[in-house]
Amino acid sequence: MAAASAATTSALEPLLRSLRLKTKQQELLLRVSALALIYVLAFAVRLFSVLRYESMIHEFDPYFNYRTTLYLTEHGYGEFWNWFDSESWYPLGRVVGGTLFPGLMVTAALLHRLLHALSLAVHIREVCVLTAPFFAANTTLVAYAFGREIWDSGAGLVAAALIAVCPGYISRSVAGSYDNEGVAIFALLLTFYLFVRAVNTGSLAWALASAFGYFYMVSAWGGYVFIINLLPLYVLVLLVTGRYSQRLYVAYNCMYILGMLLGMQIRFVGFQHVQSGEHMAAMGVFFLLQVFFFLDWVKYMLNDVKLFKSFLRITLTCVITVGTLALGIGTASGYISPWTGRFYSLLDPTYAKDHIPIIASVSEHQPTAWSSFMFDFHILLFLFPAGLYFCFKRLSDATIFIVMYGLTSMYFAGVMVRLILVAAPAVCLISAIAVSATMKNLTTLIRTKSKSPQTTSGKATGSKAAAKGAVDQPLPFQHNVAIALLLGAFYLLSRYAIHCTWVTSEAYSSPSIVLSARGHNGGRVIFDDYREAYYWLRQNTPTDAKIMSWWDYGYQITAMGNRTVIVDNNTWNNTHIATVGRAMSSYEDEAYEIMQSLDVNYVLVVFGGVTGYSSDDINKFLWMVRIGGGVFPVIKEPDYLVNGEYRVDKGASHKMLNCLMYKLCYYRFGELTTEYGKPPGYDRVRGVEIGNKDVKLEYLEEAFTTSNWIVRIYKVKPPKNRS
Amino acid sequence: MAAPRLPVLFLLLALLVVACRGEASGEGPRGRKVLVLVDDLAVRSSHSAFFGSLQARGLDLEFRLADDPKLSLHRYGQYLYDGLVLFAPSTPRFGGSVDQNAVLEFIDAGHDMILAADSSASDLIRGIATECGVDFDEDPEAMVIDHINYASTEVEGDHTLIAGDDLIESDVILGSKKIDAPVLFRGIGHAANPSNSLVLKVLSASPSAYSANPKTKLASPPSLTGSAISLVSVMQARNNARVLISGSLDLFSNRFLKSSVKKAGSKLSHEKAGNEQFVTETSKWVFHERGHLKAVNVKHHKIGETNEPSMYRINDDLEYSVEIYEWSGTSWKPYVADDVQVQFYMMSPYVLKNMSTDKKGVYSSSFKVPDVYGVFQFKVEYQKLGYTGLSLAKQIPVRPYRHNEYERFITSAYPYYAASFSTMGAFFIFSIAYLYHK
Repeated sequence: MAAASAATTSALEPLLRSLRLKTKQQELLLRVSALALIYVLAFAVRLFSVLRYESMIHEFDPYFNYRTTLYLTEHGYGEFWNWFDSESWYPLGRVVGGTLFPGLMVTAALLHRLLHALSLAVHIREVCVLTAPFFAANTTLVAYAFGREIWDSGAGLVAAALIAVCPGYISRSVAGSYDNEGVAIFALLLTFYLFVRAVNTGSLAWALASAFGYFYMVSAWGGYVFIINLLPLYVLVLLVTGRYSQRLYVAYNCMYILGMLLGMQIRFVGFQHVQSGEHMAAMGVFFLLQVFFFLDWVKYMLNDVKLFKSFLRITLTCVITVGTLALGIGTASGYISPWTGRFYSLLDPTYAKDHIPIIASVSEHQPTAWSSFMFDFHILLFLFPAGLYFCFKRLSDATIFIVMYGLTSMYFAGVMVRLILVAAPAVCLISAIAVSATMKNLTTLIRTKSKSPQTTSGKATGSKAAAKGAVDQPLPFQHNVAIALLLGAFYLLSRYAIHCTWVTSEAYSSPSIVLSARGHNGGRVIFDDYREAYYWLRQNTPTDAKIMSWWDYGYQITAMGNRTVIVDNNTWNNTHIATVGRAMSSYEDEAYEIMQSLDVNYVLVVFGGVTGYSSDDINKFLWMVRIGGGVFPVIKEPDYLVNGEYRVDKGASHKMLNCLMYKLCYYRFGELTTEYGKPPGYDRVRGVEIGNKDVKLEYLEEAFTTSNWIVRIYKVKPPKNRS
Repeated sequence: MAAPRLPVLFLLLALLVVACRGEASGEGPRGRKVLVLVDDLAVRSSHSAFFGSLQARGLDLEFRLADDPKLSLHRYGQYLYDGLVLFAPSTPRFGGSVDQNAVLEFIDAGHDMILAADSSASDLIRGIATECGVDFDEDPEAMVIDHINYASTEVEGDHTLIAGDDLIESDVILGSKKIDAPVLFRGIGHAANPSNSLVLKVLSASPSAYSANPKTKLASPPSLTGSAISLVSVMQARNNARVLISGSLDLFSNRFLKSSVKKAGSKLSHEKAGNEQFVTETSKWVFHERGHLKAVNVKHHKIGETNEPSMYRINDDLEYSVEIYEWSGTSWKPYVADDVQVQFYMMSPYVLKNMSTDKKGVYSSSFKVPDVYGVFQFKVEYQKLGYTGLSLAKQIPVRPYRHNEYERFITSAYPYYAASFSTMGAFFIFSIAYLYHK
């Protein structure tokens, strides 16, 4: 029996052996399945909002993107390209085709067309809602490739896993958040990856691919300026550190020239690559590279150090003089436009506050608080420096790049909240290096320990690590400590996963157009006032009615209410916005004249005093005053404050209590009891009893107030008949 | 199949006939049913000449006492009358459902009114007048007194019978025939509210007039003096409702209409006072028998085309036309003027042009769209003294050039085209030569 069984096993063995995978194949299988899981995870974790609310577009800007995508799918690309939208910025209108980044819309329209070609009849809205999660999933693949390029495939896998759930990225890519950033981060990371790959290989093909990645980025998001400044900075650093190589020369020149030419094809960007101050660094570095190459060649030809040195001196002086002259003349003649306000505010965080209130007024442009770093990065914040340490330890062209990307983007993330998004991939990659390297070290330690009795007793052979282990012998409890550390790392990573899921579910999956709050009994209360108001506008106002509101709601009114607005979220005309700000902060009769001159039919305000919704127009009001006052000096901020304090109760200034915004928000509010045990007219956001309960409107009349008073719409009366 | 169709066809034909008749006879801008409210039915006979002239022009008058308890201006949401003559200066309160607001709503709904007050006018009448932009002297006993321009009578009176000849210069309101004889007036003076831009003084007092109680001695300077006093005013509301307010009910009376007049200090004696002509002509104006304009057939199109586009492009040449007619009392006649202007407007007029007329009512103008895109409006704002206001606005977006509407090849750029293509060619040849020529 025993013999027979032995015979059968020996017969089966080759079969089993052929079935059993080699270590390398096993590793590949593991890697692919892990990646696939990560891909699915990255997509699935972003679907909370769809499950909890419905498949809908979120926030403000996405509504514009959605509207343009709809237009694109309905009218085709030619019409989209030449679209003049007369419904926004009344009466100026907006050349939509020439003032947007078409990348997102074109992507969604192509996906939509592809799905239809596959006989999947989905509505374009579903495609738009799911575009961001889809691209976030793709980003994990790029992160994996990038991680493998700069470190190893282990780091790549970890990076993919980290970025799949990183809250800093999820905040802008949940389902429904149909914004440029959703695809732009993918494009950004792809461009960087391809460029690093091009630098590593010196291959024209990769550089070309990187240029196309850059083109996609330019078409998708204004953040491409970051690429076009970071790459030259990187090249400069490599030059200075003496890491100049032919590979770098090929990669940068090809990428820059082709990327620039491709970028010019985007109508909104146009000639900025050669005319705008923000793009001049790239051009300067391009010329510098040529000079460098030329000098290198001369040095090789001359073969004489002394001669070369004097030649170097002359050439450098000439080049610097010519460069400075060109830049100076270009700037002075106006050919090269100066840096824009947004760019300045990035370099100098206090700039916007002093000079451009309209930039400073946006909450996502505020400097980042520590808490939000913690919130968005969690353990990555601690892993990041560790990763930097590993990068410096194993310095290469690729790691230098990732270090620079990490450091610069971290700085920008500190300047503006929204730029945490740009930093997220870098932080994930660098942290992944830290995690991967640490784990690798620890596991090797454990493995060598377990083998150590044999290795120390007998043969001196073994892996390199084992030899190292043998050298590091003196440390006691190394094995246990390594296990403890490994467990600790697992604990941290699992905490990270839990934190990310929690943040996504609680903080980043709210569409912000439908609000939810916890009721007294802990259940969810849904406030759907915005849509209620917009549908009211759509159903009950004349089709050519003009709606005045603060610019935040412009996109939503045009997309959902289908009515003409005076200003919207595309804040290109400061004066027009200031006019609206002035109307809102003037007395009713002055405001009436402004509204008449703009043909306003309805005024829409957002008011949270009943529900306790804090981002309402009264809280934004000081910005309207500041923006209005920036253009029309009749509006003075101190008129609305009392001793520098902003208040709406009895102690508020006369102008505050009687300006249009106050009247519209608090009209009939004095009759309402909002909270038990409080006097009528108790504002739940400001926590005070309002100061002017007897609001009388002369030139406007209330047209509609939503069920929770969040949106209030007023009709502008025609001029009096008999006077 | 044909059977059910036939009645429909007849119905359509009938409708067509009705429509044609309406077009031909020319429906006037206003209906002809007028309610006359009086204090005392005696007014009906004492003012019969005036009422007679109204009826002779086809107005259907209905006389009611102002305090008639069954008085009502509308029923089932429809107004019963098209005009109102308020000859009830002392009524403290109207009967039925009518009150001050009802009268004002009647005007705001686009109806006309003649209101005559008198000294000791009631608060109700004063209130209505105030709402129409006219403030009567607050002293209830006050009358307009003029010691120079009074009408001389047999007995030396208190100079409250005024011979007014300071008339507004408007053919539309007062008719094309000049009123030569002075207009007799006895009653209360009023002033036009300076904040109201719609009130016009039709008959003003002379600079020597003042408003005071003639029976008492003047203790303090009168509040209303000189030509600031208006004796008769008209107000045309924004919805073209017309209101005439007179401080004197006697102005319309048979006695004043028929009497002869001689202005104090003047040798010229008139056989008949100007009152008859004055009240006839102003009432024609008030009841929209004159000076009512209508604009129809607003058209605009590109030159060389006839269809109205939904959007223009910058630098398009376009033509705008509108037909304007005036109601002559019996039919719509082409309105002829040389001062009708069209604006191409976006926050401010980018184009402002006089329109030329073909004397048959069609006004037209052609111009080039400015080199600015945005949402423009064609605007005709025609506000001429005495005429109803014309205010036409039509929104039209103006778009920039499409990408393929620019020149494809620019002649002056040919050297650059040549340069770039020759460089490309040269580079290609150079590459081949460099790579394969050893």
